Amino acid sequence: MRRWLPHPLIALALAAVWLLLANRFSPGHILLGLVLGVAISRFGARFWLEIPRVHRPLLLLRFIGVVLSDIVVANLAVARRILGSPERLRPVFVRVPLALTSDLAISLLANTICLTPGTVSSRLSPDRAHLLVHALDAADATELAATIKRRYEAPLREIFEP
Amino acid sequence: MLDALLSFLILTGAIFTFIGSLGLVRLRDFYTRLHGPTKATTLGVGSLLIASSLFFSTRGEGVSLHEVLVTLFLFITAPVSAHLLSKAALHLKLHSLAPLPQGERSESSGPNRSTVSQNSERDAQ
Repeated sequence: MRRWLPHPLIALALAAVWLLLANRFSPGHILLGLVLGVAISRFGARFWLEIPRVHRPLLLLRFIGVVLSDIVVANLAVARRILGSPERLRPVFVRVPLALTSDLAISLLANTICLTPGTVSSRLSPDRAHLLVHALDAADATELAATIKRRYEAPLREIFEP
Repeated sequence: MLDALLSFLILTGAIFTFIGSLGLVRLRDFYTRLHGPTKATTLGVGSLLIASSLFFSTRGEGVSLHEVLVTLFLFITAPVSAHLLSKAALHLKLHSLAPLPQGERSESSGPNRSTVSQNSERDAQ
């Protein structure tokens, strides 16, 4: 089982991508998708350095929900600031200290930061201890860093590094 | 009813995409300009894709979920490109309205972008 299916999640995800690409959900396509998923995840296994493990799947779903709703809020906020007067924006750089260590968790955090409220992640320090974040309009930089840590980093840590 | 919903989604999408591009003109330095295209555009493209999915699903040829993939790839690529652009800007020491925090390498502030090729060392993490 382990030998033939080293990464069941990746195999399932690949099958889902195949079905979406084909845009048809007939039994034949489902079978073809599963065959492709198993074959690709098996042959590609040696290329992945670090195999991500999801420890809390339900929390991951909740996290995705939170991020999706935050994306809508962030869009409205950024649109309002663009239409408002740009002279009154208070852009800042914030250094967010990282507690995450795995590659996947850090890149997910950086991606989330880019998609949500008025922030873009700019640089990961070489020792991976800090993430430099640029905020479009922030009254309080320390408060912003605390929000990022509480709202996004804490759940990611529980999901991938319990 | 469906037509009204579709029109609403398409109009919302168009407006947000437009606002995102408008941000490129209205905002004043490179870093703040990055925010418009990465965010306002996400919602814009998102509503356009939902409209597309609804339209093709209700024509009696089965559901159309291509659009989920487009959204997925957009959510992966948009932040990565924003991050890379922003990192490149830090390297080039572009003028920034926000002061760089203490201890960051390019803290020689001011609008000079002269020493471009000076150090491209250790950021190859």
